[in-house]
Amino acid sequence: MIRTAWLVLKKDLTVEVRSLEIAYTTLFFAVSCVLFFAFALVKEGKAPEDGAAGILWIAIAFAGTLALGRTFERERQSETLRALLMAPADRPAIYVGKLLGIIALLIAAEIVLVPLVAFLFQAPLLSHPFWLAAVLISGTIGFAAVGTLFSAMLVRARSRDVLLPVLLYPITVPVIIAGVRATAELLQPDVELSLVRFWVALLLALDVVFVTLALWTFEPLMTD
Amino acid sequence: MQPSLRRATRLRQGFGAHASTRRHGALICFLLLLVVSTPLVAQQQQPEPPKQTDEFVPISQLPPQDQLPAAPLLVTAYAFVWLALFGYLVSLARRLSKVQREVERLESDIAKGSRT
Amino acid sequence: MPKWFMPLAGINAVMFAAAPFIIASANYEATMGLVQKIFYFHMPSASMFLVSAVVCGIASARYLFGGSPRQDRLAYAAAELAVLFGAITLVTGPLWARKAWGVWWAWDVRLTSSLMGWMVAWAYLLVRKYGGPGSDKLAAGLALFGMANVPFVYISVNYWRTIHPKTSVVPTLPADMGMALWFSFASFLVLFVLLLRLRVYLEEERTKLDALYLSLDE
Repeated sequence: MIRTAWLVLKKDLTVEVRSLEIAYTTLFFAVSCVLFFAFALVKEGKAPEDGAAGILWIAIAFAGTLALGRTFERERQSETLRALLMAPADRPAIYVGKLLGIIALLIAAEIVLVPLVAFLFQAPLLSHPFWLAAVLISGTIGFAAVGTLFSAMLVRARSRDVLLPVLLYPITVPVIIAGVRATAELLQPDVELSLVRFWVALLLALDVVFVTLALWTFEPLMTD
Repeated sequence: MQPSLRRATRLRQGFGAHASTRRHGALICFLLLLVVSTPLVAQQQQPEPPKQTDEFVPISQLPPQDQLPAAPLLVTAYAFVWLALFGYLVSLARRLSKVQREVERLESDIAKGSRT
Repeated sequence: MPKWFMPLAGINAVMFAAAPFIIASANYEATMGLVQKIFYFHMPSASMFLVSAVVCGIASARYLFGGSPRQDRLAYAAAELAVLFGAITLVTGPLWARKAWGVWWAWDVRLTSSLMGWMVAWAYLLVRKYGGPGSDKLAAGLALFGMANVPFVYISVNYWRTIHPKTSVVPTLPADMGMALWFSFASFLVLFVLLLRLRVYLEEERTKLDALYLSLDE
């Protein structure tokens, strides 16, 4: 099972590295998202209080949705998804492989976004780097877990571009809320680490629930 | 999937799109209600939030009314409940009669053998 | 339609006609006064909203893993009822809150997670309508995630500091309020069963129609 997941991941990474199309476009979109928010919310040269945390997570959510759509669009165009599903591989392993690919892409985007947001909004995002990494990684896993499942399901559906946000955003609201609250807490001058720990624990619990549900339903959902 | 089943599904989708215009009406009513309430939301004040209740305490006399009259809110709430339930029943009835008419039409067509 | 439907509908109509009188006979609440009477319809609607979400989730799971079209019809009907009862809850709640809390809306856990659950139910209907082929399984997957939200909505108010009253309010209600509440709750529960049966019936008629179109092709 792990070998299959690793193979799927390697295949995705190899294809991606050749052109870096999704990586560049997603990154650019995320950066322009942040800039949009900066222009919209900055008043008299100052950004709103606690704006940085929310804007960071919104940019991650929007960029993630785009990346999810693009990744599976690529599968659909080359009919590789059907090939993958016909292969004698564990279906859940395919899901895990795809999930890891999306997580890698989003983490790469976050590595660029965090310094950018910190710079534009004068937010001390890098003051507790390990906690910020914990928050970002657990939040990304939760978001990507649901996103990978839904965009895989939507590959053959009509109106798939619009339906992905429609399906994804309501379900990932708890992830976003927890992520923003935790990040906002980390930006405070006197951070209350127990509160951050609570939000990270909630994020990890959500990750477990979402990944378990996704693994359980991936097989019946992809059979048609 | 058999070709005929695929066609039936496509027909069904086409049919479904027409039959759901009734549902559009109900959806639009709900959306309008949300839109109308937005300016009211904008007038929020934020007083000190009261302590979270964990039990209701009964009294038998109404206390003197202070800031906001409660009756309009109460009446609106109950009126909305009745309207929503009634509107849903009407929507169901319409959709049902439409489908049943279509079923009857098809059954009589099949009986007449005019489509084979 | 089954034999019990019309008699039960008649009984339910009488219950709803009697409900306002029973509600009016209950005592007022000390701090909230008249507006608290919204409670007697708000709480049952909220309960029916959660029940609909659970019914939809269970039927979706059975459909995904068993493939029975009857479960799919049930899930679709339950999702529609979740939107209906959720809408009632999310309108009566703010109307009560405007007087009781001073604001129309607060972003506390209970309200936010309820709104989120409601949006998931909406999303289910949108997917069924516009998703094209395979949308039944898609929506079923979504419904499972929506059902996972339900226990969270219920307990959220006990474990977080929220402005919404805790669940301990209901068991500690005095007798007259309790009677009014449970009578309304029973009315809503019967209504839920009736509406569910009716909506499933609509879905069954649609299936019959599809089968007829199918037989025409042959």
